Order: sequence, then C-alpha cells, then structure tokens
Amino acid sequence: MAEIQPAGSNRVGDRLRRAIESDIWFSFTRSPVTMLSAAVTAIAFLAALFAPWIAPHDPFDLASIDLLDASLPPAWMTDGDPRFLLGTDDQGRDVFSTIMFGARISLVVGFASVLFSLVLGVGLGLVSGYAGGRLDAFIMRVADVQLSFPAILIALLIDGVARSVLPRDHHDELAFYVLVFAIGVSGWVQYARTVRGSTLVEKNKEYVQAARVIGIRRSTILLRHILPNVTGPVLVIATIHLAVAIITEATLSFLGVGVPPTTPSLGTLIRVGNDFLFSGDWWITIFPGLALVVLVLAVNLLGDWLRDALNPKLR
Amino acid sequence: MAHLEIRNLRVEFPSRRGRVVAVDDVSLAVEPGDILGVVGESGAGKSTVGNAVIGLLEPPGEMSAGEVHLAGRRIDNLPDSEKRKLRGKRIGMIFQDPLTSLNPLQTIERQLVETIDLHLSTGEAAARRRAVDLLRQVGIPEPGLRVKQYPHQFSGGMRQRVVIALAVCAEPDVIIADEPTTALDVSIQAQILDLMRTLCRERDVAMLIITHDMGVIADITDRVAVMYRGRLVEQGATERILGSPDHAYTRSLVAAVPRPDVKLIRFPLVTYIEDANETPRNIDISRHWLGEARDFGGAAGGPLVSLDSLHMRFVTRRSVFRRNRAYLDAVKDVSFDIGEGEVFGLVGESGSGKSTVARMICGLHVPVAGAIRFAGTDLTALRREADLDPFRRQMQMIFQDPFSSLNPRMRVLDIVAEPIRFHRLAGSRREVERIVSDLLEQVGLGAHAANRYPHEFSGGQRQRISIARALATRPRFLICDEPTSSLDVSIQAQVLNLLKDLQELLGLTMLFISHDLPVIRQMCDRVGVMLAGRLCEVKETEALFENPEHDYTRHLLGLMPRLTGLSRQGLELADRR
Repeated sequence: MAEIQPAGSNRVGDRLRRAIESDIWFSFTRSPVTMLSAAVTAIAFLAALFAPWIAPHDPFDLASIDLLDASLPPAWMTDGDPRFLLGTDDQGRDVFSTIMFGARISLVVGFASVLFSLVLGVGLGLVSGYAGGRLDAFIMRVADVQLSFPAILIALLIDGVARSVLPRDHHDELAFYVLVFAIGVSGWVQYARTVRGSTLVEKNKEYVQAARVIGIRRSTILLRHILPNVTGPVLVIATIHLAVAIITEATLSFLGVGVPPTTPSLGTLIRVGNDFLFSGDWWITIFPGLALVVLVLAVNLLGDWLRDALNPKLR
Repeated sequence: MAHLEIRNLRVEFPSRRGRVVAVDDVSLAVEPGDILGVVGESGAGKSTVGNAVIGLLEPPGEMSAGEVHLAGRRIDNLPDSEKRKLRGKRIGMIFQDPLTSLNPLQTIERQLVETIDLHLSTGEAAARRRAVDLLRQVGIPEPGLRVKQYPHQFSGGMRQRVVIALAVCAEPDVIIADEPTTALDVSIQAQILDLMRTLCRERDVAMLIITHDMGVIADITDRVAVMYRGRLVEQGATERILGSPDHAYTRSLVAAVPRPDVKLIRFPLVTYIEDANETPRNIDISRHWLGEARDFGGAAGGPLVSLDSLHMRFVTRRSVFRRNRAYLDAVKDVSFDIGEGEVFGLVGESGSGKSTVARMICGLHVPVAGAIRFAGTDLTALRREADLDPFRRQMQMIFQDPFSSLNPRMRVLDIVAEPIRFHRLAGSRREVERIVSDLLEQVGLGAHAANRYPHEFSGGQRQRISIARALATRPRFLICDEPTSSLDVSIQAQVLNLLKDLQELLGLTMLFISHDLPVIRQMCDRVGVMLAGRLCEVKETEALFENPEHDYTRHLLGLMPRLTGLSRQGLELADRR
C-alpha cells in the first residue's frame, strides 16, 4: 500500500526530528555543565581518534626523537621550547603528543571493556530475569560474591592469573586483550542486576504475554521484545562505567600490569613520569594525570546527566 | 449559604510548548448536606478542580483566575500555612487509592488521634475515644481492637472506610472525594457509597465527588456537573441530567453508558468524541483477505472450546519441604463449553479466577488438572511448541491494559505484522504491509497509523491496535480479558461496537471476560458467573439477568447501579427472546 513508506527513507528524518523535540535534548540544552562535559569529551575523542594525523610529533617514530630535547619544560617556562607545548619526557618525546596517543589506548581499552561487560552483563541479566528459578539464583549469587570484592581487585586477580597462564613471550601482544577481559569481567555485575530487575518488570507486561500467545519463541521474545525495553538504564551505566574502566585501566597500567610501555596509555605515562616527579620534571606526569582527570570527569558528568534525564521521576 | 463555592475557576499548566489550560471558567456551588458529582472523561480537568479547591495543584499548575469560597470566606488567596490548617479541619479529603493515603508505618489509632487532636485540641484520651467511635460509625467491626492495627491488616474496602473516618474526624464543612470507589470491587463500592451518603446527610457536610463512573453519579449525587475538555458543559439535578440531557456531549456520554436494564443491538453513534472513524467499511468477507483460510476443518457440530474440570494452583510460598509450601487454588473444577460463533461471558469479582481461565486456554498457564479441548483436540496433551502453533493461530487474545499490551519500542506496523510474519501468513513484505494497512482501516484507525509508535495513540486507539493485531492471524476464537475496563465510557462504547461488528462479520467465537455486568449484558450470548475459583452458574444472558438462580449471582445483580432514569433517546433495543 502506498500509505506505508518503505523502511529507511523517511524514518531517519523522523527519528532525527523526534530526537530534537525530545525532553532529553531539552534538558541537555538547559545544563551548561553537561554541554561543557560533552564538548570536552568530544574534543578528547576527536584528538585521540585523529592523533596520528594531528599530533605535532610522532612519539613512536624513533627517527624524529632527539635525546638533546629530553626533559624540556613546558613552552611557557624559561627553558621551554616552542616546539614542545607541554615539554618533553626523559627521552625527548613531546608530552602533548604522547598524551594524545595515550588517550587513544585508554579510550580503546575503555570502550572495549565496557562493551565486553555490557554484552556479558546484559545477556546474563536477561536470562536470569526471564528464566527465574535456580538459574536466576545461581547467577545472582555469583554476582553478589563478586560485588563483595572491589572491582579493581577482581581485575588485578584476573590479570595476574592470565599473565601466569600465558606464555611470557607473548605478554606484550596479549596485554591488551587480557586487560579488556579483566576490566570487562570485573564490571558485568551492575549490568546484570539492572537488566534482571527491568526484565522482571517487563516480562509480566501484557505485550510479552501477547507475544507468547502468538507462539513466539523465548529467544525471540527476549531479543526483540524485552531487550529494547531494558536498554535505557544500561546506556546510563555504560557511560558511567566508561569512566570507571578508563580509571581502572590507568590504575592497572600505573601498577605495571596494564599495557606495555611501548604503547603507553595515560596510566603508563603517569607511571613513567612518576619517577621524575621528585627530580623536578613534574610535567611528565602531571599533564597526563590532568588529561585523565578531565576526561574521566567529563564522561562521568555526562553519565550523571543522562541518568537524570532518562529518569522521569527526577525530571 | 453554600458551604463551598467556586467562581470562574481557571487553572493553567505552563509548559515548554506554551500554557495548557486544564480548567476554564468553572463555577460550582455545594450546599450543606448536598452531594455534587463532577463527571467527565480522563483529561477533562475534573481532578484538577478538586485539587485547586484544596490548594494542592500539582506543580507547575497554577490558578490563574477565579475564586474559591468556603462558608462565605475566600480561601484561594490565603497563604500556604493558612491553607494547610483548612485541609483536614474544614475540608476533608478522600482519594482513590486507600493504600497510599494511609501511612503504612503508623497504627490507625495514631493517625486518627493525631488528626483529631491537631484540629480539635481534645487531648489524647478524648481523641482516642473519638477514634474508636468514628471507626464504629464507618462500619468497622470490633473498632476497639482494630484501631491498634496497621493499614496493611485491613482489606481495600476497610481501608477506604478508615480514610473516610480520617476525612470526617475533624468535623469538616466540605469533603472532596476523588474517585473514591474506583479501586474497589463492586460489592464494596456499594457499601462505601452508602456510608458516604449517610455521613453527608447526618453531618450536614457539603460533598464534592469527582468520578468518571455514571453508576456512582446515579447512585449517590443530588446534582451533577459535566465537564468536557476543561469546561463545564452542563450542570443540574442528577435526575434531569441523566434523564434528559441538554448538551450534545452529555447526551452522547449518557448514551454510551452500558445499560444494565436492556440489551442494545449496538451502542448509539458517539459523535462528540473524535477518537476514530466509527463504522468499519463494509467488506465482502468471502473475497477479502480476512475471509481467506477460514475453513479450519476439525470437529463439525460440537463445541469449539470445551473446558473439562480445569484446575489451577499457584505456589505462593516455595519450600524444599512439602509441608512448608503454600498454594493458592485460583481455579477449581471449572467446566464449560463455548459453541462455534458464540460469545461467552465470564463475570466475577477480582481474584475470582476468570483471567486465569483465559490464560490457561491460550497457553500462558498450564493447568494442574483437567482438559482444554479446542475443536476436539486436547491442548493440554500437546507438549511441543510446534504442535501448538496451528492452534495459536486460531485463537487470539485482547488484553486489559492498552498501555502495556503494545511494545513501546515497536512501530504499529511491526506490532500488527508480528503474528502474520511468525505464522507465515503472507508471502512478501509488500503483502504484509498491505494486510496491515487493511486491518488498521478495518478497526477504524487508517493506514497512516502503521508508521507511528504506540505512545502516539490514546487508550482507545491502542485497544484498536490490539484488536487489529489479534485479527491478523485470521483467528476463529478471540479471548477478550476486560478489554474496555481501563477506557472511558464513550471510548468503551466505540470499542465494544467494533468488537460486536467484527464478531458478526467474521463469525468469531468469543470469550468475553469482565467484572462489569452491564457490559456483559450488551456483549454476550451466555454467561458464566465465577466466585473464588469456582463456576457457580452458567446461563443464557437474558435469562441470567431476568431470573438468576444462584445466591451469588443475585447478590452481584443487586449491586449493579440501577441507572433507571437514563435517557433512552436514540437507542436501538434488541428484541427480547
């Protein structure tokens, strides 16, 4: 029939219009802090994404590094060099550029581990909530046990175990995956609990029963009917979790069990710079530290705002 | 002099898209000992009037014009602290949900004594005596004992009595009751209304009752004010308004009320409410998609659905040990048949097990014992999903709550198309879309509805979407579980008309579940009455209404609102058989 438009054409425009008219966008434009956080986050993401093209130096290109430039202070200080805005480290690498490259690693690890947690947690939460009974009890008890330990401890434990199991020669190559796995596993509980709760509510709603009356199979009901209706809170958790994951990665890297120094993340940079803190070269550690704080704070504020905006009771 | 007088009240809600006028130019007056009903459909602004009087408008609402006078004194411009003193003392309030109007952490005594002492300064001991006395007056047995209990130890009806006791304890001049009986069962509703009327007369209280229920209006009020879209359309003595309404809206509202006394062929055309196109197009069923594949085969002659001593029990407390488990027998030994093309009604109070029966038939619950035969096949014996699918295609269900029965994240197109796709009833995507837009036309929504999401529709329109979806499998048996109980009367009339038309057009067999006897009378050929999980009586509808046999049926019929004075203008009565 002519009245029903084919999927695609007008739907995108429709969605866009709805998004702009929505209350969420409205509350966004009313909160300067949120807009600032969004701007900061966007700049950080873009800088990290395009680092290889826009960074003033390539800190990993050995040919461009000159040891004579080592330990230069930021450009505005007396001994500063205008080529190196935030100074250089002990090997003559530009701190500003290493931060851009480091943020790249931090963000990739953050996103990957959040995605891992999300898939694991949402999946277990859906199954737990929908199946109920013993399976539910089992999954939730495991979650309780894990929740009684600090997440960083769990991540450290998994990281440590993985390192002792894996062959030593491949540590550096596998470090990224191990890290993502460790941080991911340490964070699934929140997703699982939230999704389980929402699933318990949704599964008793009449639209789920209507689908059962038709004969739709369980897996389809879970994926097509329940999943889209429990994603709101998940989005909020994921945003806040991203900040936590970045910090966790930084902590692990700072402790020396994260990504290897050859591909430094913000955490690695802070650790490396830490050794020079008391010899007066404060900029090597302070600037990556500031970058980390600003990034995490901005993402966190965004998550907080999203939580309030999506919660009709707080509006 | 009137106890309560409202003059030219106007309430506005500022929002980001301009100011919404919720109530405009409403003037009412209530005399002592008088009960004024404010009636209207959802969104008409009737509750807002009540809230404006007690100064409890929900933010950001504000009174932008008008005056409220209490016993000759203007109260709407008083400071908040003064208004607070009026509430409870001079103006008593009764709300819809008795559970939320009582503090669950305090005994009834404490809540009553606190209120009495605060407003009348009688002292603790006197207040205590008064509290017990009040509970006796509102008809709570053993008041001396029960006053020490907590709200959760009372049933819904008893709780509402306590709320009424709270409302009258400080000897108010005015009582405002907002849907006081909507959350209660019919039998309790009648008692509560009785109590309210007696108290109002005895104490010379002016009472304002806000309700959407014409039964309540007819039962208890002396005068009635009809609201439509924030305005007062008509006001006068209850008998006059119900018997010979002046305004077109009131006329269509009265005509839409399901009548307990006569059976109509269909509800008269409700023209004042633009919800949907009324009559579906007349189609030639033999050549239409809906008519295809209606030859289901199977048992010719015998009943289509046959329930044989069905039993359902829910576990209310789990335990490893048998003796620690607790059960609830929701349905006990229920047997009845539904013939092909028949509309069978199931009526009973909440908790009587009528919905559980429906859920067992469509496979949402598995009965503990008994058999469900559909066209001769015992469904309880089928274990595999795939074996059940052909039967699922033939039976569909329409649920009670239009706000939760549609997946909010799916487009209407996908919602209606889901059963078609699942049962592979159409070959191509284009065919599915053609069928969906056709179905939407058929239920009076128009094909353009397909691309929208459920939240863009009103309750009645959503129920139409549910009906379209239920028809999508071309079923022969339709289960309607309280399909209109959450709708306004005029919308209810439209939806019931639609169901009637479709039933006749397609020769559907229907199981129609409702707690509302007048609706049952309008819709059903035969009725079963359920009480506490058992079926007490099954009879032809008209016979049941004219001479009920079972005591409980008589009791239920006695509780129906009389509505004898309703205008009969423009009704098509069905022939008495």
